[in-house]
Amino acid sequence: MNHVIRKRGLAGLLMVLLVAWGLGSSPAQAEYGDLVLNETAEKEGMPPVIFPHWFHRIRFRCKVCHADLGFQFKAGGSGINMLKIIDGQYCGACHNGEIAWSVENCNICHSGKPGLQTQVIGSRLGTLAPPKPAPTP
Amino acid sequence: MNAQTPSLKTLILLFASAALLLVFGIVHAAGAAEPQDPNVFNRLLKPKKPFNLPPAEDGYHDPESEGVAYLQPPKEAFKDLVPSNVGNHVDWVKSLEKGKIDPRFDRLDPKAKPIIMDLNIVREVKGSMPDVVYPHKQHTEWLDCSNCHPAIFVPQKGANQISMAAILMGQKCGVCHGKVAFPVTAKTCRKCHSRPKGKQGKQAEARKAANKK
Repeated sequence: MNHVIRKRGLAGLLMVLLVAWGLGSSPAQAEYGDLVLNETAEKEGMPPVIFPHWFHRIRFRCKVCHADLGFQFKAGGSGINMLKIIDGQYCGACHNGEIAWSVENCNICHSGKPGLQTQVIGSRLGTLAPPKPAPTP
Repeated sequence: MNAQTPSLKTLILLFASAALLLVFGIVHAAGAAEPQDPNVFNRLLKPKKPFNLPPAEDGYHDPESEGVAYLQPPKEAFKDLVPSNVGNHVDWVKSLEKGKIDPRFDRLDPKAKPIIMDLNIVREVKGSMPDVVYPHKQHTEWLDCSNCHPAIFVPQKGANQISMAAILMGQKCGVCHGKVAFPVTAKTCRKCHSRPKGKQGKQAEARKAANKK
């Protein structure tokens, strides 16, 4: 019995080591189509926004946001700010505590790593012309 | 017992770990001595990247941010969707067709249905690639006419100049494809370039139409 437990323990340790090695050696890969929005966020003292396209397209067709709510087909191209959201435009059309959770949950959107540039993650254009690195002050 | 003399238990533990290390060393050495498999060339040239990682590990979300814990890991959401080998590794069009997802067409009305237009546009391409068949059907499932017409595509035959260069640079089809809709890679050429050129293509199309009836 004791022997079995020890064997399992060893196997577990090996697994953990393998997984840690696997994660360490491979580049990170966020979801294709997700957006980083940092036109104004960090300038105003908040972390960049990460918008999960996949999560939203499970629930809404493109038309709802891109035709009805006026979202442009360009990352950072809609000129969104918190005032507009609170006034019920753009994200605020749903993120109002009625259709989806409300704006007081700042950290759920503003959850990006510091210094990220506005971009579409995994986009073809992004690989041809990567977003410019942040200017160092 | 004072603190300076190690207990029997500690000694046994030390001895056991030393023995374990020794065994590991021997096993490793034995492995190294064996002849190597000469067929070690990685034919894909690059290692397979992991995909659908949980937000805290995806390299973009800040694992220290409190909000990240609330986010759904994509794998959990994609579990029952139709898989693909590009993009999110989800075939969104097929997932919708098969009813695996039922995204709303209206923000408020869950019963609103899209206005589907079933019209294929064949574009005869200049190069050696097969002609392009553009299906309105799959596009109108997701989009409104105004999303594409007239700003991106003039709704008139011959009025739109499209090139792969423009698409790769994020114009025309590339406004969505290569960003959110299925990406433009060597694995996806034939999704659009799907109709053989010339007579053959017309025959194939006639056959398809006959099968439909």
